[in-house]
Amino acid sequence: MPLIRDNDLVAQDPWVRVDDGAALPEDGTPVIVSLGRWRAERETLDGRNGRLGVVLKAGDDAAELAGDLERLSLVALEFPKFSDGRAFSTARLLRGRYRFRGELRAVGNVMRDQLLFMHRCGFDAYEVARDDALEAWTGALSDFSAWYQTAADDRRTAAQQRGECAAPPLSQSRARIRANAAAASAPPAPAVSCCAGDWAY
Amino acid sequence: MYQYDVLDRTIVAERVSQFRDQTARRLAGELAEDEFRPLRLMNGLYLQLHAYMLRVAIPYGTLSSGQMRALAGIARRFDKGYGHFTTRQNIQYNWVKLEEAPDILAALAEAGMHAIQTSGNCIRNTTTDQFAGAAADELEDPRPWCELIRQWSTFHPEFSYLPRKFKIAVSGAAHDRAAVAVHDIGLHLVRSGEGNVGFRVLVGGGLGRTPRLARAIRDFLPKRDLLAYLEAIMRVYNLHGRRDNIFKARIKILVDSLGTEEFARQVEGEFRAMHEFGYAPETSPAEIARITAQFADPVHKRAEAGGETLDRQRAENPDFDRWVRTNVAAHKRAGQAIVTVSLKPVGGPPGDASAEQMDAIAELADRYSFGEIRTTHAQNLVLPHVREADLFAIWQALGRHGLATANLGLVSDIICCPGLDYCNLANTRSIPVAQRISERFADAGRQAEIGPLAIKMSGCINACGHHHVGDIGLLGVDKKDGGEGYQMTLGGRADEDGALGAIIGRAFSSDEVVDAVETVVGTYVANRRDGEDFTATYRRIGAAPFKESLYAADQG
Amino acid sequence: MSDAFRKAVTANRLADGAVVYLTASGGWSTEIDDCRIAADEGEAAAMLALGEEAAARQLLVGPYLFDLAGDDGALRPARLREAIRARGPTTGSSLRFQAAG
Repeated sequence: MPLIRDNDLVAQDPWVRVDDGAALPEDGTPVIVSLGRWRAERETLDGRNGRLGVVLKAGDDAAELAGDLERLSLVALEFPKFSDGRAFSTARLLRGRYRFRGELRAVGNVMRDQLLFMHRCGFDAYEVARDDALEAWTGALSDFSAWYQTAADDRRTAAQQRGECAAPPLSQSRARIRANAAAASAPPAPAVSCCAGDWAY
Repeated sequence: MYQYDVLDRTIVAERVSQFRDQTARRLAGELAEDEFRPLRLMNGLYLQLHAYMLRVAIPYGTLSSGQMRALAGIARRFDKGYGHFTTRQNIQYNWVKLEEAPDILAALAEAGMHAIQTSGNCIRNTTTDQFAGAAADELEDPRPWCELIRQWSTFHPEFSYLPRKFKIAVSGAAHDRAAVAVHDIGLHLVRSGEGNVGFRVLVGGGLGRTPRLARAIRDFLPKRDLLAYLEAIMRVYNLHGRRDNIFKARIKILVDSLGTEEFARQVEGEFRAMHEFGYAPETSPAEIARITAQFADPVHKRAEAGGETLDRQRAENPDFDRWVRTNVAAHKRAGQAIVTVSLKPVGGPPGDASAEQMDAIAELADRYSFGEIRTTHAQNLVLPHVREADLFAIWQALGRHGLATANLGLVSDIICCPGLDYCNLANTRSIPVAQRISERFADAGRQAEIGPLAIKMSGCINACGHHHVGDIGLLGVDKKDGGEGYQMTLGGRADEDGALGAIIGRAFSSDEVVDAVETVVGTYVANRRDGEDFTATYRRIGAAPFKESLYAADQG
Repeated sequence: MSDAFRKAVTANRLADGAVVYLTASGGWSTEIDDCRIAADEGEAAAMLALGEEAAARQLLVGPYLFDLAGDDGALRPARLREAIRARGPTTGSSLRFQAAG
């Protein structure tokens, strides 16, 4: 499965999903387990010599992990289908309320048209089931260049730009994406200057 | 009025480009219908019975004359020369071609408009009092807050894939003309004991299959906390609203199942956490001031009261006098008035306007109302800031375009969904029934004698015609013989005295329904005491007299 | 009214959303009078398959079968919904009130 992380395609995903009941790797391979398994085998898993991740299904309560987040390097949130947006809110809670700073990974039905919103909600890794995963990622993040609301990302909102009256709204992350997107598959977003004067219809 | 700046323009223009690309991929066969449907719906594009239908957002029902001309131009160039104003203060075009839809969106963007989030399980167009900023009974203009909500909700990264659609309404006046109690979130501007203005917050109202009046979860919310509190409500709903059953997915069902108190507790908990851990949405006072400044009061330099001239015009023209009494409302400034333009001519489809009529109203708005127009949830249009001295000239001009019907709030001012004549979801037709009712009550004198009466009609349980909150509600149902049936409810209303109508008895056939409405009206008029409105009479005498007169023949 | 089996296939055209009917020659017409009428289940299924194939080729959206009723000389859609799709809205001219104005 192609994995996008830190705005780039990851050649080899070090993480291994271990199903409930399946044996854990003997070595220190980082593993992702279900919330149920984490609850049941917390001590064993914690005693392992390797990084740990937990995958939450839509509907799993992030509060259950709140006390454990310092022990976890990764939380994966599952998108069961295009129309199920619960993981967007779970991501906001993990980043905002529970201050999780590890890898937040989108898994399941990860659609191109939702990648930008995922990024805004605090995800930083995405399992994208398509051959052109990097192009999809780059394209999705180029669809828009201005945003109205504050979220879990570092993009400056329209209101902030109006207040600052400064440079075009290219966040650091966007600049990096552009640099990574050697193939100019997506058309450049229009340059925006907020001092261009109000526009009357 | 709010004017787009370059950032607003950029966001809308980028949306148009995105949809142009998606449409091209659909027409080229790269996207299948199943993949394309959610994308087009998020741009307000439905596939209806005869063609595609495009629903254009009119944020909080406020339009400039230039925007109205743009809507007229779209009607001419891309449709059959007319548009339909809806019960959510929007406009729909019924004869749209998919291949032209991106061009329509581009034309809208040119005029500072869009069709964003007019469908789909997201936060829909925020609605408000059509008299906002003009009404005599207003505490404060709600539109700056509506615009703030519009911006905050547009492409909200967290709340675009909710369990179900989500509707917010804001009212700033003593009399609630925005029907906030039948919205997912209703906000009412109120003054606290200390004299500060903030919001009373209601949640879980709505019509449809399970009609509910909204319940208060906060009696006073400071203005600065508005977006944070909205996010807290939305987050609780997005995480816990049902997704297994489309009929139980609205927030009203979650509030029902948790109980109002528990729901409020969860919202307050999230709201506190947001501030404690620093992830509350931020809006600077400067931004709120920037938005508010754009809704500054337009004031006529020489706002003359109508005085003797108006009195004489009314005395000499009974039709004008009747129109002033029904269609003109009190303005907060002396010498100014609010005109409501009826889109309910006798025998016409409620809410339809031709391109020529749209242009005519734009012209009148420019001449008499600072270029400002409003749409109403009752499917009429408003010129919000006119001089009393200009009323006669406005009435005459409206008359030349078939727009001077003096029936606002009367029996022929029927709220009505498109029904089976256009809509894929409808069980029955509704427009032809509204047409027949308005023809039955065509006599203006008779309508005036009956007085204010709200008939609201929906062609299916989705209740776009708000039938639950009509004095007389009509709901289209399939009859057992396959014909069209109309189930009647009585006693509903959507204002601060909100109530859901009660079903009166068996459904009526298409042939019976107009007679049944006339029977109810007759029973009301025969039983009312001086000055009583329908609600008062109905609450006093109960359903029995109506039942008796409606179903007397069934007993015999 | 005859109860004989009579069905036709309809859909909306992708590009403009227009109502179309499968014709005897295998094409698609906006006129219901041109529609091919199936006389039995087998023929109806074969006709619907043609519709689904056209949808797969992205010509149409949502093909389906509907019932016709009446005598052979004057066939009409059995249900009001299809009659309205065939003949358009029954609201009269939407702009009828202009004449009055």
